[in-house]
Amino acid sequence: MTLDTVKHAEQTPDAEQPWAELGLKPDEYARIREILGRRPTGAELAMYSVMWSEHCSYKSSKVHLRQFGEKAPANDAMLVGIGENAGVVDVGQGYAVTFKVESHNHPSYVEPYQGAATGVGGIVRDILAMGARPVAVVDPLRFGAADHPDTKRVLPGVVAGIGGYGNCLGLPNIGGEVVFDACYQGNPLVNAGCIGVMKHEDIHLAKASGAGNKVILYGARTGGDGIGGVSVLASETFDDAKPAKRPAVQVGDPFQEKLLIECTLEIFAEKLVAGIQDLGGAGLSCATSELASAGSGGMRVELDTVPLRDSSLSPEEILMSESQERMCAIVEPDKADRFLEICEKWDVIATVIGEVTDGSQLEIFWHGEQIVDVPPRSVAHDGPVYERPYARPEWQDALQADDAAKLPRPATGDGLRAQVLQLVSSPNQASKAWVTDQYDRFVQGNTVLAQPEDSGMVRIDPDTNLGVAIATDGNGRYAKLDPYTGAQLALAESYRNVAATGARPLAVSDCLNFGSPEDPAVMWQFAEATRGLADGCLALGTPVTGGNVSLYNQTGDTAIHPTPVVAVLGVIDDVSRRTPVAFAEEGQLIYLLGDTKEELGGSAWSQVVHGHLGGLPPKVDLEREKLLAEILISASRDGMVDAAHDLSDGGLIQALAESCLRGGKGARIVVPDGLDPFVFLFSESAGRAIVAVPRSEEVRFNDMCGARGLPAARIGVIDGTDITVQDQFTLPLAELREAHESTIPSLLT
Amino acid sequence: MTATSSTAAGPTGLGNARIGVVTFPGTLDDRDTQRAIRLAGGEAVELWHRDKDLKQVDAVVLAGGFSYGDYLRAGAISRFSPVMEMIIEGARQGLPVLGICNGFQILTESHLLPGAMLRNNHLHFICRDQRLRVENADTAWTNSYEAGQEISIPLKNIDGRYVADERTLDELEAEGRVAFRYLGMNPNGSLRDIAGITNAAGNVVGLMPHPEHAVEPLIGTGRTDGLGFFTSVLKQLVSA
Repeated sequence: MTLDTVKHAEQTPDAEQPWAELGLKPDEYARIREILGRRPTGAELAMYSVMWSEHCSYKSSKVHLRQFGEKAPANDAMLVGIGENAGVVDVGQGYAVTFKVESHNHPSYVEPYQGAATGVGGIVRDILAMGARPVAVVDPLRFGAADHPDTKRVLPGVVAGIGGYGNCLGLPNIGGEVVFDACYQGNPLVNAGCIGVMKHEDIHLAKASGAGNKVILYGARTGGDGIGGVSVLASETFDDAKPAKRPAVQVGDPFQEKLLIECTLEIFAEKLVAGIQDLGGAGLSCATSELASAGSGGMRVELDTVPLRDSSLSPEEILMSESQERMCAIVEPDKADRFLEICEKWDVIATVIGEVTDGSQLEIFWHGEQIVDVPPRSVAHDGPVYERPYARPEWQDALQADDAAKLPRPATGDGLRAQVLQLVSSPNQASKAWVTDQYDRFVQGNTVLAQPEDSGMVRIDPDTNLGVAIATDGNGRYAKLDPYTGAQLALAESYRNVAATGARPLAVSDCLNFGSPEDPAVMWQFAEATRGLADGCLALGTPVTGGNVSLYNQTGDTAIHPTPVVAVLGVIDDVSRRTPVAFAEEGQLIYLLGDTKEELGGSAWSQVVHGHLGGLPPKVDLEREKLLAEILISASRDGMVDAAHDLSDGGLIQALAESCLRGGKGARIVVPDGLDPFVFLFSESAGRAIVAVPRSEEVRFNDMCGARGLPAARIGVIDGTDITVQDQFTLPLAELREAHESTIPSLLT
Repeated sequence: MTATSSTAAGPTGLGNARIGVVTFPGTLDDRDTQRAIRLAGGEAVELWHRDKDLKQVDAVVLAGGFSYGDYLRAGAISRFSPVMEMIIEGARQGLPVLGICNGFQILTESHLLPGAMLRNNHLHFICRDQRLRVENADTAWTNSYEAGQEISIPLKNIDGRYVADERTLDELEAEGRVAFRYLGMNPNGSLRDIAGITNAAGNVVGLMPHPEHAVEPLIGTGRTDGLGFFTSVLKQLVSA
């Protein structure tokens, strides 16, 4: 075997290279040659191929994602925007919060446990790399049909992986979603979000500056896991005696990650790092090129100093390995000893692998011979950008014309009752306790609210009661009917969920899950959804601080529903004012806020009762969403409501059932004048919530809604142990609970 | 975190009692436990697994988590750490020691308490608000409760199924050393619904559920049923 050094590459300009097998297009390979003025070495080719991949370079999505910056609302809270490991917002009292949602979809289908586990691990390191202590995680999940045999393989594995990893890190899991739809068969969506908290002065950025500063790799040893396409290269450069196939899915070690977290926080506390980056996708290639690219100088790395789990790894493999639980820090020389000492305390392996130079190149050496000599920016930031063609699919009109209004509806109270039970027991609307009870929601002792509340909420300062809330929402059915509106509905729901708990929405992170960007129909969905989300964020005043794009979620020609998942972060000055969903006090009045129209397109009812998807999704009125949020926040702060629950999929009856079951109390409900009982119960009009108002607060609450112009209708009272809809039906809570809580366990056990 | 949290005398005026909380690599609930101690009115003292002295603490809590990643067996590696040598020695001489969840596992691995924890019978991690009955209210960690009192505190583990041989179980029952029993549903298949036990002297108590997560009305389940563990030991230390 010959080492493919820079010198060797210069001498052998015509050597065949496996660029196509590594996923590079002919023009991309030509461009690499142009940048370097020669053919790349094997190591350089490996670096470019992973860094220019869709996953790392966002080459198909970049032109659309720009809108999040261009249309960003003016927002004083933004401390760090898109482009860093995660965005950072000011939440007051000197605190900053960083949060982000990422996808780990493909690995989780191949190997559910490790795929999901390392998804949690990756997002947690992103948050840690900003200088923050991770304080909570959330997991929006989507699976194939609930009764499909493969769902029984994927879901329990994913849930066990999230639990097994997250629980072992000591991070409360406070929210997320579990959604079933046949469109995710073969392409489950495993998104993972994390929130971290720090003081303003502790924000750390991923850049390498200051010639002479040390580059320290610390954490787990580097192994052969997660190498993916690079094994092609390995088999080119090594003899056949070597195992050619390595696992493409990374294997996680949460214990190592826990040590890495505590060790890193101690290092931050002593202000020992000048720049820091986690190692995730594309491993050392990504960390070294991004750190060097963002800094002012160059970087020199001695690759043979990297501690290995497998001594037979080639330099290319070391550069590409996605072994988990590793971080890379830039440390001033006089602080390096203390840095290494803290690592030793936590039994974390740490190695100086190189230093920042005053040059401009990223130079990597293997036993003294140079194998990489590249401008770091060309690897990390100047990847290809595609203007993928997009076109509204020809079937979109027919889909929207297939109106859900024409579906048969129940004509009697008994008919309504039967469909209510059918709805609340359907897999998407049923209790997800079987899943969430496998996650630790109590650890750290700051959890104020956790699923199934509207948003998860943690206290970040026990002395002042300052807290943050997070909700994640997405509705692929709505987005399929109209991607622009669907993305805004996801944003609106998440925003509403945060406000329903009493927190003020501040900022947005998103995880955009779509099919293949090479399909113009999918690209149109993507373009529409990003445009909708950017416009929506501008209207609501909540900037996108960062996020993630996951493309190629499709099997053959069949793409998933376009699924933009939106996380909204909120702040609450005093967590003791939080509003739960539970209807717990008999005699309190139930108010419906907002307007109910006949909107059934994409609804849970149309799916559960008729297996139908067609028509238009509910209309979005973002000014109304803002008003509703203001009312919910004011009512929470001033003690005018004791419970609130947003209305979304499943409509009013779903929200009412959840609030009653959570509080263990029934409700007597009267259908408001002029509303059809069916529409009242099942419509999914946006911009609505139900609240429980103590009688002593009714006048004040009504006055506030009246003065602000928010429709508020008294629809009933918390009472007894049944849900009774006057003149229609009565449903004992026990029967409702059985229907709601038995579905998921019976499907999965 | 500060090494020794400064706190004024708590509501019970017991601020001088120093209670150590051990952090092993992988311990998760150490900071929560320190907060619970402060809320009860004590002074929380951080102990590190490599420490070779106990910093003059009056009692020790082994907090929950996954020390050493639960590798080999939950608690099996931690018991050999330097700080455990001191704690085992102290416990034999009457030092109050509470083991919560992983801490309970460490206590059984250390043979300070009998029996062992196996994987839950349903094989899943389970996190829930769990009802318990306090069977023995005479230990260092339960004297704030009344015998027979029902409390609800969070349970969260995957290796929580308490087992011991029949003779040991009979002895525990006969000597009143079953300190807590699960009520309602047995969440993990623990023999005789045992959630926690004590040693004969009543200074060493271990249980799987988490009292430190039930000490503030705002947080977690919203109940404060767990605070009594910490007030118990503070009371005992003052009266001793």
